[in-house]
Amino acid sequence: MSQVAEIAVDVQNAVKRYGDFTALKSISLGVYHNEFFTLLGPSGCGKTTLLRMIAGFEDVTEGAIFLFGTEIDALPPNKRPVNTVFQNYALFPHMTVLENASFGLEMLGKSRAEAKARAGEMLELVQLSQFASRKPAQLSGGQQQRVALARALAPSPKVLLLDEPLSALDLKLRKAMQIELKHIQRETGITFIFVTHDQEEALTMSDRIAVMSAGELQQLGAPREIYEHPQNRFVADFIGETNLIEVTISEVADGRAKCRIGGGHVIECDAPGQASGSACLSVRPERMVLSAGNASGIAVPARVVENIFVGTDIATWLKVDGGPEISVRISNSARSTIFEPGANVFVNFEAGAARLLMD
Amino acid sequence: MKPATNVRAYRGFFGITLLCLFILYAPLVVVTVYSFNDSRSITVWEGMSLRWYADVFVGPESGKFKEAAFNSFTIALVAATVATAIAVTSATAIVRAGRFRLRMPSLGLITLPIMVPEIVLAVATLIFFNSIGISRGYLTILIAHIAFCIPFAYLPVQARMQGLEDTFEQAAMDLYATRFQAFRRVLLPLMIPGIISGFLLAFIVSLDDFIITNFVKGAGVETLPTAIFGSVKQGIKPNIMAISTMLLGVSVIMVAISYFAAKWDNTK
Ligand SMILES: Nc1ncnc2c1ncn2[C@@H]1O[C@H](COP(=O)(O)OP(=O)(O)OP(=O)(O)O)[C@@H](O)[C@H]1O
Ligand SMILES: [Mg+2]
Repeated sequence: MSQVAEIAVDVQNAVKRYGDFTALKSISLGVYHNEFFTLLGPSGCGKTTLLRMIAGFEDVTEGAIFLFGTEIDALPPNKRPVNTVFQNYALFPHMTVLENASFGLEMLGKSRAEAKARAGEMLELVQLSQFASRKPAQLSGGQQQRVALARALAPSPKVLLLDEPLSALDLKLRKAMQIELKHIQRETGITFIFVTHDQEEALTMSDRIAVMSAGELQQLGAPREIYEHPQNRFVADFIGETNLIEVTISEVADGRAKCRIGGGHVIECDAPGQASGSACLSVRPERMVLSAGNASGIAVPARVVENIFVGTDIATWLKVDGGPEISVRISNSARSTIFEPGANVFVNFEAGAARLLMD
Repeated sequence: MKPATNVRAYRGFFGITLLCLFILYAPLVVVTVYSFNDSRSITVWEGMSLRWYADVFVGPESGKFKEAAFNSFTIALVAATVATAIAVTSATAIVRAGRFRLRMPSLGLITLPIMVPEIVLAVATLIFFNSIGISRGYLTILIAHIAFCIPFAYLPVQARMQGLEDTFEQAAMDLYATRFQAFRRVLLPLMIPGIISGFLLAFIVSLDDFIITNFVKGAGVETLPTAIFGSVKQGIKPNIMAISTMLLGVSVIMVAISYFAAKWDNTK
């Protein structure tokens, strides 16, 4: 997305209140045309609410939503060129797969033959042509999911909304569908707004991710940016695994901060603008290594507590004397050294791997 | 799975079961069997015959019965149709339109008549017609039947509708259907089994009604139940048994269709 891209959906200061409960607290975000955009956040943070506001099922209490520059707040759902893949699919049980897929086109006034032909193409796209005359009840969960996708894609919406479409599938099928969805998005060029609470899914699939928590936007950015440069403690903790180490900032000079961690050790790293007082240092477990002797860069002395086998990696838990617990990931290969519990070692990482977070 | 309670182990299980079945069905069996009796007597069996069925259609009382049957069936048809239409619209409002202030009172009002003693309804309906000055006849019977059929048509429709998620209509509207198209193309087809079931139940209840009909019918207008009652007052003749057996047949067929309609699944 380097060129100046057109904005497909523009949410401006959107607030949603249910009675005196505020589900969304002034959200502003822009979704680019042709983008795979993900809303990520824990349960109850307002992802579905925002999606339903874009689809037209919920009123916007304050603020406005624009679709390609046009304000859509007053339009009912059937007047918005936006389609939804519902979390529970909501396939019409009395219609066949083909009738489901052609429903939107028929409602748009296309002739039955034209609608059926286009629906057939969509079923081909999701590899369900041989099930066209079945009823949804005769399909597996994964197949139903694909019918829901074909049905929502058939009218060629300008934006496709997907509310946790993969959450009902088992892990293997889910992985396969992630790739398929991404592929379909690229092939059709339709803007996808995808909702999930699974950070791994968000990282693998998205062009950009909006991380939400408790009705607020925490950070908006590309997966790598969010993973490597989390803006606050919530994002650092929610995306991937991380070590959050409490520190006290003793000195800031030339954009560098000296941070004292429990046990008296001092680490120097890049400081954000208003660094002072107590803060939190985030270091990813895979960015750390263990060594027996004092190595170059940052080295924090610690004692091994436990090694946990996690397939491709070994997670080693360590305790800094008088300070925090740290987890380090070591690749499970013949070359890496595994230290036994009780061993005194140094935890090494580069200053660039540490992110200083003020909140 | 082993049943939690083995009713067969209770003493007298078979005896009580047989007694109940006997009390329930013996009268029906007797009426049915004796309707084929070749005798003027209603108690002495004199051999198999269809003469009383012939008597119903061409005998001296046939004119009266034909007219009553015509009234009964047309009233049942119209009353059940109108009551079902009202039931569908009220169920849509009560079940689908979200929470509104008068929701629970509406539900209570529409189903209450089932619980009210029929004689009370009958008297009330009669007083109502008198006070607004409609003279009694075919029309008053029809109006009264529409009214008391509504709750019977309503309950199966509501039961079916409650099983349907809101997301179906939302999905339809998301796919560019108007509110009406969403109702017509998605909600209504999914409700059809409940609607058929409600219609048939209302039809039977109307066909079978005696008390209210007897109060609100004018002189000279009869339905089958009031005509049968009128005949029986002058002594029971076997032709009454033939009519009753035919009515029984109609009811059994209707109830069976209603049962299968309620279970029928148009999603498979
Ligand atoms: N109709 C409603 N009335 C009152 N509160 C509501 C309503 N719908 C949602 N909420 C509240 O708004 C908040 C956000 O709900 P929402 O469904 O958007 O969460 P979500 O992020 O989609 O969560 P999940 O991942 O569990 O689906 C929740 O606290 C929820 O209880
Ligand atoms: Mg949700």
